[in-house]
Amino acid sequence: MTFPLNETGITSGLLSGFLFGYVLENAGFGNPNKLTAQFRFTDWSVFKVMFSAIVVAAIGMYLLRLAGLADEGNFFINPPVLGAAAIGGGLIGAGFALGGYCPGTSVVGLSSGRIDALVFLVGLLVGTWLFAGTYASVESLTTLGTIEAETLPQLIGAPEWLVLAGLGIAAVAVFIIGTRIERRLNGPLTVEQATDGRQASTSPQDQLQGDIA
Amino acid sequence: MLSGTTTIRQFWPPWLAGLALGLVLLLTFLMTGHGLGATGFTTRFAAWIGEEVAPTVMAANDYLGPLVEGGNPLPSWITWEVLGVALGALAAAYSAGRWRLQVAGAQGSGLRGMLFALIGGIAAGFGARVAAGCTSGVGLSGGAGLSIAAFVFLAAFFVAGIAVSRFLRRRS
Repeated sequence: MTFPLNETGITSGLLSGFLFGYVLENAGFGNPNKLTAQFRFTDWSVFKVMFSAIVVAAIGMYLLRLAGLADEGNFFINPPVLGAAAIGGGLIGAGFALGGYCPGTSVVGLSSGRIDALVFLVGLLVGTWLFAGTYASVESLTTLGTIEAETLPQLIGAPEWLVLAGLGIAAVAVFIIGTRIERRLNGPLTVEQATDGRQASTSPQDQLQGDIA
Repeated sequence: MLSGTTTIRQFWPPWLAGLALGLVLLLTFLMTGHGLGATGFTTRFAAWIGEEVAPTVMAANDYLGPLVEGGNPLPSWITWEVLGVALGALAAAYSAGRWRLQVAGAQGSGLRGMLFALIGGIAAGFGARVAAGCTSGVGLSGGAGLSIAAFVFLAAFFVAGIAVSRFLRRRS
């Protein structure tokens, strides 16, 4: 058997999605207070979870390819349009800090009973229409900064195992540094703090913001 | 557990959530050949609403028009996946006693909080069309494929998020 199975029907969609949503909610990612605490450095869950998930999945695919079970050419790789990735990433990061979610986590927030997540989802539709309505003038952004190399190993000319080892070490560093800073700032947010809208922090501004929220 | 709705269970520790998310992402790649996403669905949904409300505008639109050309844009893997996300999150929130009807957003409750949620959604919706994906589709899934675009996306995502968060705190 060779992967991928190219199974893109309703069953694989529902299965992948169900597990994705189940894990995200359990990570605390349906909660805007927990999510945005990453940007205040009081809760490093977003960094930690994303980084370790990327490393786990990347190593898994590498090992399956080594074992001859996976066919490299049949996996989708995001095209290297770096300018578009930077602009889009920046807007989504800004939207995350403003609105409390990214697109996927807003679905999780809505499923946890949060009306603000529904409002965020409406915003996503408005943003899509805005983009479509101005497409003639913004189309050039979508191809901005295209480079030749597609993957990190191609870009730096290093073997894949070395890149994976580097990312693994970086992930461990994120856990160690993040946990240290969380302790200093009285984080990470407990489920009670996150649901009540309280924010773990020592600075007066944060206390004030926590009181308002 | 009879008192399931009154006891709130803590979130998973980040290492466990990260490991589980990595395995779910790997499973998705092995099944489908691509990763997880979200805005593929919201884009199709935006096209579907457009087609219902203003079909002539949709037909003339260079971006959303092609999506509705072949009929209903909704039946697609990404639609089933997002429906799955909603169901999986509901199961997790409910079983852990964390489901709670709430209006408050990251920037507080009331009109201010909802306005921020709306503006944040608009910025993210627009940005996701520029980058051809969101934190899930470009950042997470692209990262697992070691795509350069994914790491550029994630760097910009965090820098902008930290900057806007700092600006908001200074103003409040």
